Amino acid sequence: MSVQPATGAAGFLARYDGLRDRLPGDPAPRDAAARAFRTLGLPGAAAGRREEAWKYTSLRPLADAPFHAPLSTVGADAAGLLRLAPARLVFLDGRYRPDLSNQPDGATFASFADAPTFGTLARPERDPLVALNTMLAEDGARIEIPAGVDAGVVQLASLATEAQGRSTAFHPRHAIRLGAGARLTLLETATGAGAYLHNPVTEIVLDPGAVLHHVRLADEAAGAFHLATIYAELAEGAVYDGFTLVLGARVARSEFHVRLAGADARAAINAAQLLGGTQHADVTSVVRHDAPRGTSRQAVKNVLTGRSRGVFQGRIEVARDAQKTDGYQMSQALLLSDQAEIDTKPELEIFADDVKCSHGATVGALDPEQMFYLRSRGVPEAEARAMLVHAFLTDALEAVAHEPTRAALDAAVTGWWERAGA
Amino acid sequence: MPAVTETLETVRALSDSGYKFGFETAIEMDLAPKGLTEDTIRLISARKDEPSWLLDWRLAAFAGWKKMEEPHWARVWHAPIDYQDIHYYAAPRPKAGPKSLDEVDPELLATYEKLGIPLRERAILAGVEGAGEAGAGSNVAVDAVFDSVSVATTFRATLAKSGVIFCPISEAVREHPELVRKYLGTVVPVADNFFAALNSAVFTDGSFVYIPPGVRCPMELSTYFRINARNTGQFERTLIIADAGAQVSYLEGCTAPMRDENQLHAAVVELVALDDAKIKYSTVQNWYPGDANGRGGIYNFVTKRGACRGARAHISWTQVETGSAITWKYPSCILEGDDSVGEFYSVAVTNNRQQADTGTKMIHIGRNTRSTIISKGISAGRSDNTYRGLVRIGPRATGARNHTQCDSLLIGSHCGAHTVPYIECRNPGAKIEHEATTSKIADDQLFYCRSRGLTEEDAVGLIVNGFCKEVLKELPMEFAVEAQKLLAVSLEGSVG
Repeated sequence: MSVQPATGAAGFLARYDGLRDRLPGDPAPRDAAARAFRTLGLPGAAAGRREEAWKYTSLRPLADAPFHAPLSTVGADAAGLLRLAPARLVFLDGRYRPDLSNQPDGATFASFADAPTFGTLARPERDPLVALNTMLAEDGARIEIPAGVDAGVVQLASLATEAQGRSTAFHPRHAIRLGAGARLTLLETATGAGAYLHNPVTEIVLDPGAVLHHVRLADEAAGAFHLATIYAELAEGAVYDGFTLVLGARVARSEFHVRLAGADARAAINAAQLLGGTQHADVTSVVRHDAPRGTSRQAVKNVLTGRSRGVFQGRIEVARDAQKTDGYQMSQALLLSDQAEIDTKPELEIFADDVKCSHGATVGALDPEQMFYLRSRGVPEAEARAMLVHAFLTDALEAVAHEPTRAALDAAVTGWWERAGA
Repeated sequence: MPAVTETLETVRALSDSGYKFGFETAIEMDLAPKGLTEDTIRLISARKDEPSWLLDWRLAAFAGWKKMEEPHWARVWHAPIDYQDIHYYAAPRPKAGPKSLDEVDPELLATYEKLGIPLRERAILAGVEGAGEAGAGSNVAVDAVFDSVSVATTFRATLAKSGVIFCPISEAVREHPELVRKYLGTVVPVADNFFAALNSAVFTDGSFVYIPPGVRCPMELSTYFRINARNTGQFERTLIIADAGAQVSYLEGCTAPMRDENQLHAAVVELVALDDAKIKYSTVQNWYPGDANGRGGIYNFVTKRGACRGARAHISWTQVETGSAITWKYPSCILEGDDSVGEFYSVAVTNNRQQADTGTKMIHIGRNTRSTIISKGISAGRSDNTYRGLVRIGPRATGARNHTQCDSLLIGSHCGAHTVPYIECRNPGAKIEHEATTSKIADDQLFYCRSRGLTEEDAVGLIVNGFCKEVLKELPMEFAVEAQKLLAVSLEGSVG
């Protein structure tokens, strides 16, 4: 006998009530998160309630879908796994799979299931999806790089399988910590098949002088929800260099909360979203400058076809003490169809007087003059369009230094264009 | 308020707060009891001798307002407003028209004098019979609104010759009901927002302008608003219609006495531009901003919106906002007609404890519609200054263009400057550009001015005026001079 599970916030809360005593770790933060989630609900799901942080993205479709907890993934098909680096931590339907992983040298690794501790950066009391994650997190990766160590490249792979033939929801909880002067390139890949919810929360702590290159490729299945929240805190002189490429998912949101807590820290949050059909993808970022001489850079590109909708909300906050801050934010969108939509909200909130902060936004179609130039030189129309779209994305992709990763991203872009473009 | 230019010399002889309009006029007032009920609205409507359709319209707005919640999304903070602790109607006691200036209430005349209005215009404003329109040297027609009612409109005969209607809106309701009924509430619907609904329920007066087809209004039109009485709110309503091919330039100025308590100003301005019409609306807003500790001052919660209904219509908003304790104001353009144009040029200065949340909305509906937004925000003291704007391109607006430039200047390290633009685009044939910067006055600029003998305050005034030049040049000349002085005055005490 199968009972249709409750949907929406009630469904998740019911799941929590059922699982509570079997979840790893201290139940106190989970109980608090459940209380917060009960109050906050799923943004956009309740009629008449509007939240500014979710102005352009509604989770109504998520609320209507029934999700099940993933069962065992042993024997699940891992054929769709992207293999970008030798050091690899693989999660199938949100569960760590040591048999598919190669633990990195120079890094300490533990799974959340084995060492279930929550960090201090996440704000479940304020962010509903983080509350949901805190409530139901079962696994995740904890990676620590000791001071002064260059740990090279590590891939953190998430693969959703259709092992159970029904929708699953998983809420991985990751924690990354780099000691003073440590370095790491972290490649996060998210792929899968079927309809599922992938709701990861990642907390990143960078000690003085640490450098993290964080490349994320979200190429989820067409029926998936990809809702990722990343918190990062940068000590003096630390560098967070993030790049996100979103191709897949029915609804995607990449939400960043980056705080420059120490002086001379640098943060980059670059992203590209390539969307078609009825896809909806949202990049939301809050960069907080709390110390002097910080630098932040954000470049977000959207390429939109079909009836897709791209969203960028970015906020730069500069506290009184963060003098000599240099903040820059750029949003560019390319609309390739009559029914695509882009919504952009670049915000500045500034309390220090000796700062340089600016943002820019542009929206437009492919430049007819450039098209004409290529066409007049004998380039077929479809190819000319592909070239121009590639060119539009180039400066975003070029920021990715790791060669195999950039090649993989390039291939993903080309593949997407072959499916969605022309 | 262009006449104020004549008293610019007195700007230097300022009171400590730098607010020269902080006087109160002891005039016999006709006040409605405090509080807001249906009876208040019936009283206002009866005093104005209004037709029943307008009373019904007000009551419907009031019923809607009671169900609405006061908005809290703006980046401003204030103690809760007690809407029952306000007089919703205050008017100078009416007297029979005086024969000469000698018979005019000397207090009223003194007010106009302090405002710097020339003697002859003062006579006209005070309603002296026969006070000359003939041989008028001025080229500005003025409608003065004192607390709740329009006290006088000048140059009406001259305007009437070209078919222009310029009169208090209460009079337009009686004399031109067909025009008022056709357009009132069509740009800002009664249920548009909390303050617009409140205004629709209790508005007492304001200006009405109608420019007939093909007419270019022969002179600048101007409204001068003053809140005078204690515990009153001012809820004026302005409606300007430019028929096909018509053109008009309209100026608005505002002042209020210095008081410890806060006063509410919730106005609605509606502009309608038909085919090929052009409306230029300029504001110098200098309501009392409160003292250096944030006591007193006007809460300026205003809904201003223009509709470019016709093809090639053009609406341009220019504002210089230096006053008010709190400003909540987004003069907007709905670009319905193909090839219509919307413009927004704004300077907002906040000092001491002032809070301003202002910007615009450009709603592109028609094809090839164009909009320009230039916003300059200057924060000093312990103030907060927010630009909040929306550019929306609808699916039909092929060929739409927008250019937005928002610059903020911070003076001192205890103020805040914020930029919150919303950009929504649903048409691939549109082109949108948005730029925003935040900076402070560069040390080398200051040094350059100081080394040439300017005091620090004069140097800051000069640099700020340069920062705002793109906006100030959009103002009619009389206003531009006034505005430059106001900028300097508003920033007094913010440096050094």
